[in-house]
Amino acid sequence: MTTSQDAPALSIRGLYKVFADPGDHGLELSRSGRSKDEVQEETGAVVGLRDISIDIAQGELFVVMGLSGCGKSTLVRCINRLIEPSAGEVWLDDREITAMSDEDLREARRRDLAMVFQHFGLMPHRTVMDNVALPLEIGGVARQERRERAGGALELVGLGDWTASMPNQLSGGMKQRVGLARGLAMETPILLMDEPFSALDPVIRRDLQDELLALQESVQKTIVFITHDLNEAVRVGDRIAIMRDGEIVQLGAPNDVVLNPADAFVREFTQDVRLHGMVTAASIMDSSAEAMAGPTEQRYVVREDAVLDDLVPAGLSATQPLQVVDDSGELVGVIPLQRLARAMVSDEAAAAIAAE
Amino acid sequence: MGQPSPKTPLLPLVWLWRLIASPRAGQPLPERWYVRPLAVLGIMLSFLIAYAVGSEDVPIDVGRDVGNALDDAVDWLTTNVSWFFQSIKDVMTWFLVSLEDMLLWFPWPAFIAMTGVICLLMVSWRMAFGSVAALLVLAVFGLWPATMETVALIIVTVTLSIAIAVPMGIWASQSDRLDVFLRPILDAMQTMPSFVYLVPVVAFLGLGNVSGVLASLIFAVPPAVRLTNLGIRQLPAETLEAAESFGATQRQMLLKVKIPLAIPTIMAGVNQTTLMALSMVAIASLIGAGGLGLKVYQGLGRIEPGNAFIAGLGIVFLAIIMDRVTQALTRRQQEAVSGD
Repeated sequence: MTTSQDAPALSIRGLYKVFADPGDHGLELSRSGRSKDEVQEETGAVVGLRDISIDIAQGELFVVMGLSGCGKSTLVRCINRLIEPSAGEVWLDDREITAMSDEDLREARRRDLAMVFQHFGLMPHRTVMDNVALPLEIGGVARQERRERAGGALELVGLGDWTASMPNQLSGGMKQRVGLARGLAMETPILLMDEPFSALDPVIRRDLQDELLALQESVQKTIVFITHDLNEAVRVGDRIAIMRDGEIVQLGAPNDVVLNPADAFVREFTQDVRLHGMVTAASIMDSSAEAMAGPTEQRYVVREDAVLDDLVPAGLSATQPLQVVDDSGELVGVIPLQRLARAMVSDEAAAAIAAE
Repeated sequence: MGQPSPKTPLLPLVWLWRLIASPRAGQPLPERWYVRPLAVLGIMLSFLIAYAVGSEDVPIDVGRDVGNALDDAVDWLTTNVSWFFQSIKDVMTWFLVSLEDMLLWFPWPAFIAMTGVICLLMVSWRMAFGSVAALLVLAVFGLWPATMETVALIIVTVTLSIAIAVPMGIWASQSDRLDVFLRPILDAMQTMPSFVYLVPVVAFLGLGNVSGVLASLIFAVPPAVRLTNLGIRQLPAETLEAAESFGATQRQMLLKVKIPLAIPTIMAGVNQTTLMALSMVAIASLIGAGGLGLKVYQGLGRIEPGNAFIAGLGIVFLAIIMDRVTQALTRRQQEAVSGD
């Protein structure tokens, strides 16, 4: 790969999807700014996506979050064109997916765009090994290499001993590990995950989230991750896009979304997220010049990405405002103790301080 | 090329065709306030016209003419294309005779033991016991050669049916057009009284086992076509989506995903086809097919209903054995692909 660091791995520009819209009238109306409901009333067409533009960086874990019917699954399917977009462009590095011929598209699906599905999409008549090897088989990879890559991927997700099993012998969590291994074995730069953990029970879901994060450390893929669960989005995402009625209502880093919800709709979601793990030193610090020039606690230094819970020990024994430093050890701000105490009182107070 | 010229006298036919071919033709009339009153009015009008004209009989009757024309067509085909039918007949006769010879070459105790073992391995102890008992009864009743001839007929009929039906079903599953086109044809094959096609079959192929196989085919092919088509059409969407997302071509989708996943339903079609073929055994004997069916026919012809009954029982025994074995096959396939 010869891509530079800042060029997006995946770029979505002005993407529209309007269903049941034979004459593109719905598309035109939606473009001219009518709402989803108005378009539906006037033409019967259903707006699935409306003017979506996102740049996703190399190695980023990008989460798209929203309620069912908001268009998040449509969005991810427009990336590999399982659903054909009505208008707009999707770019993979310097290649335009939306302009590809059928053959080029197949090639891109085989080499660049792996996908993991909510209900796994395993082939019940094939063993675990043969399931993971299926995309490679379809891509024309030689048998020996197929088995090696599939075996390696299964090893990676902890199913090395299950290669000869049939899918119906596995639990839900294990099935999704197979689905994940299948995606990894394709060795694509991009991994699309459509609600991969939504069908699993909460404990397994957490395990798999942790595992995905650990895996991401080593494989560094560009991941588009769909979920309806904000807790999950916040746990795994580098950035989160929140969707409603086919539009992105907010896009930002997890703590940004949680602490500064763009509107009442987003706030509705964020209420259920536990903030203490989310509020960072950076979000409540005072970085004004006069505050930083004042007296500070000398015994403790906290990093800017330390979360509120981690600040508790320092805060309890400190007598002066805490110093906050960045990765290089540079002072970036201070946290007055009074402010820290207020932030710890309640989630709402923490959010209020962060929003100041 | 392009649109047909509007000046042609076939214009009404062109209109009619456009009407039938339009997507709307597949749906009932839309609900509008005037639809029902118009329907009632139309029916009343038809009564009025009938009274006004005063005719009780339909004024024209071309049924006989068309029927006679069809008869002439069959005559023409028999005299002019007989070389074609004869070669079909020769090939199939050879297959049937070889298969029957092979089955009869097996010593009968060996055949019975084999059937017992197959039932034991695939179905159950009880079925193994029952099948051995049933075949022993047929053997001691002097029906062994007839039973083997029927088995040979069934094997050939089912093999040919599958060879025709499965590819046809797969094709229909990929093309809505073909599906819509085939449906009434399959209906006709299953509901057309078999006596209607027995005579033309004899006209083309003469009396004999080959004619029996062909007549049975007409009845046995439809369920396998339907079930193959259905099996492929009702596969879980996400599994197909997954295969598509890996960059599978249409061909790879079909060969690596759709057909393997549809095997249990296709096997259910094989089971149905086998039973349909067996149900035609007695009727096929009317056009010269041998075996147990012939024994039934002869028994009835000589007014010996007891003998006919015994041969009929033989058909029932075969049907039960074949049904249980093919069902067990279906179940195995289902177990292999269930649980996702």
